Amino acid sequence: MRWLFNLSFRHKIPLWTSFLIGFSILVVSAALMTRAYDDMKRAVVISADNLAHTLANTVAPTLLHDDTWRAFEIVRSPLRAELARTPVQVDAVVVLGRDLKVFVSSEPDTLPMLSEAATLGDDWKQLSAQLSAPKATTWPLVLEPDNSSYLYLALPVTDKDAQLGHMVLRYSKSVFHPWFIDTIWQALGIGLLVLAVLIPINWYWGGRMATPLVDLAQRMGMMPAAVPQPLPPDLYPYDDELGQMFKAYDRMVLALRDKAALENQMVKSERLAAIGQLTAGIAHEINNPLAGLITSVDTLRLQRDLDPRALRHLDLVDRGLTQIRDTVAALLVQTRVQARPLNQHDLEDIHTLIQPQVAKRRIRLDWSAAMPAELPAPASLVRQILINLLLNAVQAAAEDGHVSLWLGRKDDSGSCLSMVVRNDGTLLDEEQLAHLFEPFASTRSGGHGLGLWVTYQIVTQLEGRIAARNIDGQVEFVVNLPLGETSCSTASA
Amino acid sequence: MTQNTPISLRNRNRRRWLIESGCLAAVGLIGLSRKSQAAGSKIRVGMTPAFLHDQHKLLREWSDYMAASLQRPVEFIQRDSYRETMDLLRLEKLEFAWICDYPFLHLKQEVRLLAVPLYRGRPYYSSYLIVRKDNTRVNSIGDLAGSVFAYADPYSNTGYLSPRYHIRQVGRDPATFFRKTFFTWSHRKVVEAVASGLAHGGAVDSYIWDTLAHVEPALAARTRVVWRSAEYGFPPFVSHHSVAADQFQLMQRHLLDMSRNDAGRRLLEHMYLDGFIVGSPALYDGVAHMMRAFGET
Repeated sequence: MRWLFNLSFRHKIPLWTSFLIGFSILVVSAALMTRAYDDMKRAVVISADNLAHTLANTVAPTLLHDDTWRAFEIVRSPLRAELARTPVQVDAVVVLGRDLKVFVSSEPDTLPMLSEAATLGDDWKQLSAQLSAPKATTWPLVLEPDNSSYLYLALPVTDKDAQLGHMVLRYSKSVFHPWFIDTIWQALGIGLLVLAVLIPINWYWGGRMATPLVDLAQRMGMMPAAVPQPLPPDLYPYDDELGQMFKAYDRMVLALRDKAALENQMVKSERLAAIGQLTAGIAHEINNPLAGLITSVDTLRLQRDLDPRALRHLDLVDRGLTQIRDTVAALLVQTRVQARPLNQHDLEDIHTLIQPQVAKRRIRLDWSAAMPAELPAPASLVRQILINLLLNAVQAAAEDGHVSLWLGRKDDSGSCLSMVVRNDGTLLDEEQLAHLFEPFASTRSGGHGLGLWVTYQIVTQLEGRIAARNIDGQVEFVVNLPLGETSCSTASA
Repeated sequence: MTQNTPISLRNRNRRRWLIESGCLAAVGLIGLSRKSQAAGSKIRVGMTPAFLHDQHKLLREWSDYMAASLQRPVEFIQRDSYRETMDLLRLEKLEFAWICDYPFLHLKQEVRLLAVPLYRGRPYYSSYLIVRKDNTRVNSIGDLAGSVFAYADPYSNTGYLSPRYHIRQVGRDPATFFRKTFFTWSHRKVVEAVASGLAHGGAVDSYIWDTLAHVEPALAARTRVVWRSAEYGFPPFVSHHSVAADQFQLMQRHLLDMSRNDAGRRLLEHMYLDGFIVGSPALYDGVAHMMRAFGET
């Protein structure tokens, strides 16, 4: 039995409601049929009473005059042909004399005249016992003997005050049955019709209610391991408890996702900060002896007596040291340089500077820079950020691809400069997104992997935010830089 | 015969006296004058249950035919028992009537034999003792002792007088022979009473039973004839003594001529009769004999 209760709501709701509908129809039908049966019996008794009164009045003179034939014609008159077998159709009419002998009956074969009523079978025995009781019950006397397929109704036949005998009507209950079975079939037909209408509605409605529940249960089952998706908004657009629950679930899921994103961001930032610190430390440790080494090489070179072979090695050492210095300089991003504000010429310069690359790769470039004459942002750093991002985008974009730049104040707030660069190259996977801004994490061959690292360092040092994501089939980089004291709230565009 | 003297209705008492005085001619003159007064008035014909009662359509056609033939309006008057028709005759509310032979003898003083129908070519019929078809136990009247018996009418010969006479002939008393008897007031209903099982046996007019076998074979087939009586004169058409001689003759002529024209023959055919003859009261001597046996005159 437990499996029944373990069923999914998808099945349980329609099953239960179907069962309830069926059960209700059954109970109501049974009640109605019982009622119909009682009504039928009452109708029979009322009709019998009327008929018995009429017949008793009509038959009284024939009893007085002992006119058997007229009495026979009278008792036979309510009997019809076989066709009219309705429950209110009388089966037999019997006139009993004062002596409880049959004076006349409509069935002379089975109820012959002059026979004692008590000898005509158990039914008649009971009937004559009741009729001969000293204080007769209220009239009409209705008798339904046990184990009998007949119902009897008796009335006294009187002339003035004298009782001449009894009028007895017999009704066949076997006629009730087919009539009653007809009623049952009718009720059953109507019940089935109602079921046929209600069951599909019920299945639809049950499914409608169960589907979001099932969906919800599945999503919540995923919960500790992963943050599930919110429910589709049109799944259950109503405001009852179910709707309220779905809305609460959606709020919870959004909160969880925000939290997860925040945690993710924090982990990333902390890692990058740690790497930055480490890198800066190493760079300083390298820079200090490096400066001495470079000075020593320069000093050695000034000596005249160096043989060409040594000089050649010295040049080699010098180039190697210079390369180390350049690399370390690249790692050690210095933002405390002169702070000339950004102006329109800077943007024009950037546009000009990237043109050769754009032309070479036949890139279509969308340039949308809503720029006032001047912005309080450090021009050289912004230039470096933009050139890095744009050149990266041009390299990443497909051949004959598309790169766009949007630059402007974020949300027209005025406190934040926003730069958005998109390209239609290969999308970034999860792994790449996680380590994008780390040094030497190049996504393509040929890059040294420091471009985005440097960009990240500049943005972070300017207290801005940088983020990358895949959107609308494109890779998007968004940089928000604060203009003034207030910081930008979030990196997303 | 004095009975042939035409007499008006109102002068019946005087008529008696006149008959006794033998002043036939004078009476005849008076009667003729009365008759001429009555020329346009309605002729009333009593139909007893001797005839197949239910054939209203046939009776209507016959009365139309009779009215056309006599050029007088004709009214057929039906009553449920012989007694009522006899009373109507006695009260002079009928000029003519088709009655059973037994009432005819009862009314001998008031009516005159007008014509006797021919049934199967002869003016005779008899009484049948019938039981239900499935009752094979009964083969004679003796087997019906102590049973329930249906008589047609206390003034019916074949439905009452004849079977009682038969019981007496087998040496029993008809008053106590059956356990119970009752009247159905018509021959046809005797057949019904026996067919339905209400009565174990019944006495019925042979003409009615034989005709019923044609008209309603299903009903007649449910009964069986176990005894046939001697032949008696067929129920006659009679006229009241007060009917004028010319009216009497006109009516007699009309009945006798029925078999001589198509319309009449068609009606006779429907009644399963062959025609009418003048007949003689002697036809009914057998009935008179039985009546005497029961102390009736």
